[in-house]
Amino acid sequence: MSTPARVARAEHSEGVWHAAWRRFRSDRVGLFCAVVVTAFLLLIIVAALGGVARNWQKEVGVANAPPTLLGPRPAEATGVIEVPQGPNVDLSAIDPLAPRYKEWDERAAKFKTEETVKAETLPMGADRLGRDVLSKAVKGTQISVFVGVMAALVATGLGTLLGAFAGFFGGKIGDLLEWLYNVFEAIPGILLIFAFAAVFGRGISTVVLILGLTGWTGLYRQVRAEFIKHRNREYVRSAEAIGASVWSRMFSHILPNVSHVILVRMSLLVVGFIKAEVILSYLGLGVGIEDVSWGTMLAEAQSELILGHWWQLVAATTFMAVFVTAFSLMADALRDALDPKLRGLE
Amino acid sequence: MLLSIQDLRVAFRMGRVDGVLQRTEAVKGVSFEVAENRTVALVGESGSGKSVTAMSILNLLPDNAERSGKILWQGKDLLHTPMAELQKLRGREIACVFQDPMTSLNPVFTVGDQLAEPLIKHLGLSNKAALERAEALLVEVGMPEPKRRLAAYPHELSGGQQQRVMIAMALACEPKLLIADEPTTALDVTIQRQILELIAEIQRKHRMSVLFISHDLGVVGEIADEVLVMRHGVIREQGPVAGIFATPKDTYTQALLACRPSLDHPPARLMVIDDHIAGKARRAPAAAKDANAPVVLEVKSLAKSFWLKQGLFGKREFKAVQGVNFKLRKGHTLGVVGESGSGKTTMGLTLLRLHEPTHGEVIFDGQDLLKISAAERQVMRRRIQIVFQNPYASLNPRLTIGQTLIEPMAIHKIGASTTEREQRARALLQKVGLDDSAFGKYPHEFSGGQRQRVAIARALTLDPEVLVLDEAVSALDVSVQAQVLNLLRDLQDELGLSYVFISHDLAVVRFISDEVLVMKDGVVVEQAGTEQILAAPREEYTQRLLAAIPRGYRAAA
Repeated sequence: MSTPARVARAEHSEGVWHAAWRRFRSDRVGLFCAVVVTAFLLLIIVAALGGVARNWQKEVGVANAPPTLLGPRPAEATGVIEVPQGPNVDLSAIDPLAPRYKEWDERAAKFKTEETVKAETLPMGADRLGRDVLSKAVKGTQISVFVGVMAALVATGLGTLLGAFAGFFGGKIGDLLEWLYNVFEAIPGILLIFAFAAVFGRGISTVVLILGLTGWTGLYRQVRAEFIKHRNREYVRSAEAIGASVWSRMFSHILPNVSHVILVRMSLLVVGFIKAEVILSYLGLGVGIEDVSWGTMLAEAQSELILGHWWQLVAATTFMAVFVTAFSLMADALRDALDPKLRGLE
Repeated sequence: MLLSIQDLRVAFRMGRVDGVLQRTEAVKGVSFEVAENRTVALVGESGSGKSVTAMSILNLLPDNAERSGKILWQGKDLLHTPMAELQKLRGREIACVFQDPMTSLNPVFTVGDQLAEPLIKHLGLSNKAALERAEALLVEVGMPEPKRRLAAYPHELSGGQQQRVMIAMALACEPKLLIADEPTTALDVTIQRQILELIAEIQRKHRMSVLFISHDLGVVGEIADEVLVMRHGVIREQGPVAGIFATPKDTYTQALLACRPSLDHPPARLMVIDDHIAGKARRAPAAAKDANAPVVLEVKSLAKSFWLKQGLFGKREFKAVQGVNFKLRKGHTLGVVGESGSGKTTMGLTLLRLHEPTHGEVIFDGQDLLKISAAERQVMRRRIQIVFQNPYASLNPRLTIGQTLIEPMAIHKIGASTTEREQRARALLQKVGLDDSAFGKYPHEFSGGQRQRVAIARALTLDPEVLVLDEAVSALDVSVQAQVLNLLRDLQDELGLSYVFISHDLAVVRFISDEVLVMKDGVVVEQAGTEQILAAPREEYTQRLLAAIPRGYRAAA
């Protein structure tokens, strides 16, 4: 309504999403965070396609190689082994294998052995097995974010669908879904996740499923409330009066009007699920042993810290902190841009 | 002089476009004075800047407002008063009553708490003394059972009672000036009458001044000493009420006076502001209706009950509508009148089966609408349509006007292709008086009157024979009301539509209806031809409804 004169001539006016984007663009913090998140997403795509961090499992450095910034670890002082003092004895006389040494040397000469030079230092150090921590962090980002986003999509889909049904129909269907909701809510969240994890076992897809199946409740309630609010609005009534079907009223009339709520809630879920995945993996219930995520890195970091090897912890937490903070702030900016109630003030 | 406003300008910052700060000027240099013990009324359509003017006195505007000019309160400029001092004035010397009592009272506190708060804060009374005073205030505003009401929550009170509480709150510290911003617009005519009388009585008793804001000159004429007519942020005319009503000088004032449907001599067409200003004469009266036109809709003993939960398992029947009978002839209009809660809207929704009726028959073209199957009902939906009260809520905000109009046609497979439907939609827009550019716009870009036109156009996409108009003009300004009523009448003449016109305003019903049904508590109390009901109402209730209609300034009264 602010610029009716400007749009008066346009045949098609500015849509809701376009207006939201225009408001989002003027939010500098939000925009910067969106850039950070996009950069992360690009990194993830490249990692998924094998562009970077493909060889994260390779032993490229010495065990627990420190970050380049710190320089190589000084050689450990090895104590002098005491030389025995007794008379010299020819051991070959009593060594039963001695006659075959030559044969074995000949056999060994037929195979090529390549001694890889293990780096003394790596950009962000190496873990206990000499794997590059930076590569692990990148690969971990790919898996953690993938799990967070996919789980959020599952939870949002489930929550929206159930919430829409419960809110729109109410009555018996509403009661049934409320009952289901109460069952899920009555069990402490982390316990429920453990129960699911125990049943499904480890793996990326199961973590997605677990988090999705346990995390839909909050969104369900919110969508239900929105649908209850909207189902008696006059625009829905008038849609009914012109003969629009139940399905069309629910999903083509009401849903676009509550989509901003869902979108914002979903981005909050992504953040929550990333953290939940970290916790799960840390506890050994998350992704498989073949995979790496921020959570498994933190779990490893625990035993390394005692030995003073802090770099894996720092790498995992830095990646996670930057991504989660940027994503949260972006979600905030998104809500401001989408919520029409906050409009009008600069 | 109590309050003197000199060359007040208010602008709103509307954000930046391409780095340039956008400003919209809402009030463009307004000057007026409010003397002690006087009622001054600000009249204008929505968007005229009347509320912004009043709210800028106490700086109750949003943060993006910029004020300039002078607001002198007993000689002191309020524009440059610090917030702390202003807060001492608020409620104590200048009090406000707002339009919607439902949203102006805090739902989580009891009436007693809310009344006591300003007393404790401004007058330093103890809790007990404050509650006693609160009770006295409720007595003063004519609240029944005041002692019990102190412990009541706002939702337990009716709209009129809530507005009384608001007024009691405003009176709490005996202010010198009461700002009443459309205090009766959200209320029924009968309640409006009571509240107007209450404000007038309190004004006399406390010898305070009132700044009364309204869009309805009829209301203002009954209460004001002086009237200011505003349009587009400028005062068009100001003077004593008698002068404004007897010899309005400004064309806009004349137009405002002319556009309200009169009870005594209903015209065939209402005057519209622009017509009046352009100097167009009224059109010839409409042709008389054919009294023997075929009956399109017949309703027999229609009833609708709601089941309210009572206790743990109990249910109580609430009879919202009982035993409604009527016949609607082609091209005729049935007016349904009653206060809120009388069941008139429920009756309208039941006709379309937007509510399932409890029993009764709705015979449309020989078929009982309440007994037909879902598929047949879908066909029937085409022939009976509805327009809702609130044009701000009845259009889907995420659909363009074009999409809104095409959807019903797509559902009922009217028109062979999207292009054909689009052509039809554009033709309908033209028919309801909107221009072609409206097609691609969103509802929020239109005013209330324009949206109601869109809602009517949507109902017309299906070529209905009967249109249920549920308070279709009640939320609109008087001047816009006139335009929409004219449109409805034109459409009826042109397309031979039958209307079920639901309203609480008898003056409007008088203008458009052929027969009137008066409802009270779900029961039809009186049913007769329009002329007859207005000339000789039988029921006491109908008489009361008639008496409540604001009639503007009358020299003798």
